[in-house]
Amino acid sequence: MNLDLNTIWFVLVGVLFTGYAMLDGFDLGIGALHLFTNKDEERRLMLNSIGPVWDGNEVWLVTGGGALFAAFPNVYATAFSGFYLALILLLVALIFRAVAIEFRSKQPMRWWRQTWDIGFSVGSILSALLIGVALGNIAWGVPVDANGEFAGTFLGLLAPYPLLVGVTTVALFMMHGAIYGVMKTEGELHDKLRVWAMRCIIFFVICAVTLTMATLLYVPHMAARVRENPWLFSVALANMLAIANIPREFHHGNDGKAFLSSCATIATLMALFALNIFPNMIYSRPDPEHSLTIYNAASSPKTLGIMLVIACIGVPVVIAYTVCIYWIFRGKVKIDRVSY
Amino acid sequence: MDVLTLSRIQFGATIAFHYIYPPLSIGLGIMLVLMEGLWLKTGNTIYHQTSRFWTRVFALTFAIGVATGIVMEFEFGTNWATYSRFVGDVFGSALAAEGIFAFFLESGFLAVLLFGWDRVGPRMHFFSTCMVCLGAHFSAVWIVVANSWMQTPAGYHIVGEGMKARAEVTDFWQVVFNPSMVDRLSHTICGAWQTGAFLVISISAWYLLKKKHTAFAHASLRIGFIVALVAALLQIITGDSSARGVAKNQPAKLAGFEGLYNTTSNAPLVLLGYVDEKNQKIVGIEAPDLLTWLVYREPNGVVTGLNDIPPADRPPVSASFLFFHGMVGIGFALLAIAGLGCFYLWRGIIADKRWFLWILVFSVLGPELANQMGWFAAEVGRQPWLVWHELRTPEGLSAVVQANVVLTSLILFTLIYFLLFAVFIYLLNDKIQHGPHEDDLIPSGKLALPDELLHHKKP
Repeated sequence: MNLDLNTIWFVLVGVLFTGYAMLDGFDLGIGALHLFTNKDEERRLMLNSIGPVWDGNEVWLVTGGGALFAAFPNVYATAFSGFYLALILLLVALIFRAVAIEFRSKQPMRWWRQTWDIGFSVGSILSALLIGVALGNIAWGVPVDANGEFAGTFLGLLAPYPLLVGVTTVALFMMHGAIYGVMKTEGELHDKLRVWAMRCIIFFVICAVTLTMATLLYVPHMAARVRENPWLFSVALANMLAIANIPREFHHGNDGKAFLSSCATIATLMALFALNIFPNMIYSRPDPEHSLTIYNAASSPKTLGIMLVIACIGVPVVIAYTVCIYWIFRGKVKIDRVSY
Repeated sequence: MDVLTLSRIQFGATIAFHYIYPPLSIGLGIMLVLMEGLWLKTGNTIYHQTSRFWTRVFALTFAIGVATGIVMEFEFGTNWATYSRFVGDVFGSALAAEGIFAFFLESGFLAVLLFGWDRVGPRMHFFSTCMVCLGAHFSAVWIVVANSWMQTPAGYHIVGEGMKARAEVTDFWQVVFNPSMVDRLSHTICGAWQTGAFLVISISAWYLLKKKHTAFAHASLRIGFIVALVAALLQIITGDSSARGVAKNQPAKLAGFEGLYNTTSNAPLVLLGYVDEKNQKIVGIEAPDLLTWLVYREPNGVVTGLNDIPPADRPPVSASFLFFHGMVGIGFALLAIAGLGCFYLWRGIIADKRWFLWILVFSVLGPELANQMGWFAAEVGRQPWLVWHELRTPEGLSAVVQANVVLTSLILFTLIYFLLFAVFIYLLNDKIQHGPHEDDLIPSGKLALPDELLHHKKP
């Protein structure tokens, strides 16, 4: 494996989607936990804990999608047209979620708030599930014909393994969101979230172990690279340690470190995923020779080069002001007159 | 209906609905920068109050704009996969650049704009407002770059043949500054400024009619009318320049706009009328020689008519004509309204002109309709091409998507968008009825320092 432009863009698209999972992951997790309390005050606090940042977090998905379109148009075209209904459902979920955040607290009526609360929560859970199912299908492999077009059906995408990845993603984001919520709240809600977070950690660990076993048993190609290069087992080990460190830090009350461990868990999971699909971007099953790879599905080297310049200018600036904005909104969330 | 028709309806409907909102964000963005800037400069708290109120309106439009914007990015892939493969090398870069340069900037600083009033100092807040406004404009830049490339492709070559053919970049700056980009961008942005300005004007006029919040309304109207007038005047220049660009680069489109069948010198400009497609003529009022003069600045230049364009390459004439003339007509009406408004404001008699205030209340529909018609004219006029003289619209479809699936998503989007629009109007009305908060006249938190700021002293 040599470091060419195609590989760099494979990594960069991966970084954008990992950034999305780490940042919007806790938003979606907060959403999934939203209906666990029925006190309006607590729901508002949870909503406002992500209030200033959720919109920026979602941009990681938009930019990731744009980068995929630009760097690997064939992958973008095949995946988006092939997963048509699943993506339309994802869009509907994301739309409902976005406008529910904006609209819910604008009116005091109970039915109004309850409706948008359900929209926010169901939208969040469905988004997490669908994103996971999509990743699961990429890992499992999807039918692709000789023209590089998707040759399966919508129901075919809902096989047990992708669904397991979907549920694991929901569990991961719920854990991630609960820990974020613990960091951002105080008092009674803080204590509640602490209990939920412990339960979410257990839920996630069960899912993660099941998924690991299922992958090793039924999807051997998703472990092939690590099997051939034993030194890459260190990534799997790091992933395991990151997961184990979450309850440890949490138990000691180091919520910030627990959150960082949760981020590390997401990053190492994405790294394991990327290492094992590389150089494929859409693995074709049952005809592996039809797989879309980072070479046969990429834009021209010239475009990849131009985009690299754009990324080198843009990404550091984005990271700089994202950090600034998280810094401005640091500390425990409080309700004031500009809150949602 | 077949999958082509359904996909075209779906894309047209979703983008038309989406495009209600971005011009409001861009235009209100400018208004917010001006209002907050005036507050910092003068220390007059009425401008603080206007900034706060219009920020709340901005948040509402922005939320729906973002939610419906993601749909657009996905639809290139879901419905137009073959198109995406064909243009990904060129078009994708512009989209990715939009994400990196525009969306992050906009959404990041939006947090400070909306929620940072009491958390950051006045200058940092103003800086954030400027960045949100800049982000909204960058977003317009990149999406218009991408769309203009479809109208007047440049800086590329075609690689491969048949199903595998695709456009690849040869010169990035030629792609960005393709022949129609500057004209279309300036025209689009002026349209957006008008939209934001007229939203402010409409709501403020309503307050004057109801004799509520009159100081607030006058302050808002002053800024609104100045922006509306400047944008309306610029719009004539950018519109003229755009149309001359169309004449040069896309003669078939101009012929469609004007319903011109016979290639001729001394071509007339249609002021009012419709196209009789059967008899290939215009029914209505025409200004002799004016079209030729507008294109060439002299009456003897030859303007190409539709009869010199192969039938398979002609745009739908009546629709192009209608949308184009609708847009131009509204544009001039908006100029008249803005001019009269400035005059009445200057004389200080606007509150007495109730008939005019009633026109103003509905005036925001003008730029919204003109924006929609302008884009419909631009995109319908480009037909039958998806990428001008390179890819026809039916060729861009996704190969694997069935009509019933598109019908399902079309019904789903239609229901959701009707719901969204109803909720948007309901909440907007609610904000208008509540009006500006009186306590916004007394800035709080870190912003409560107008005097020190005014005299450039540190507290």
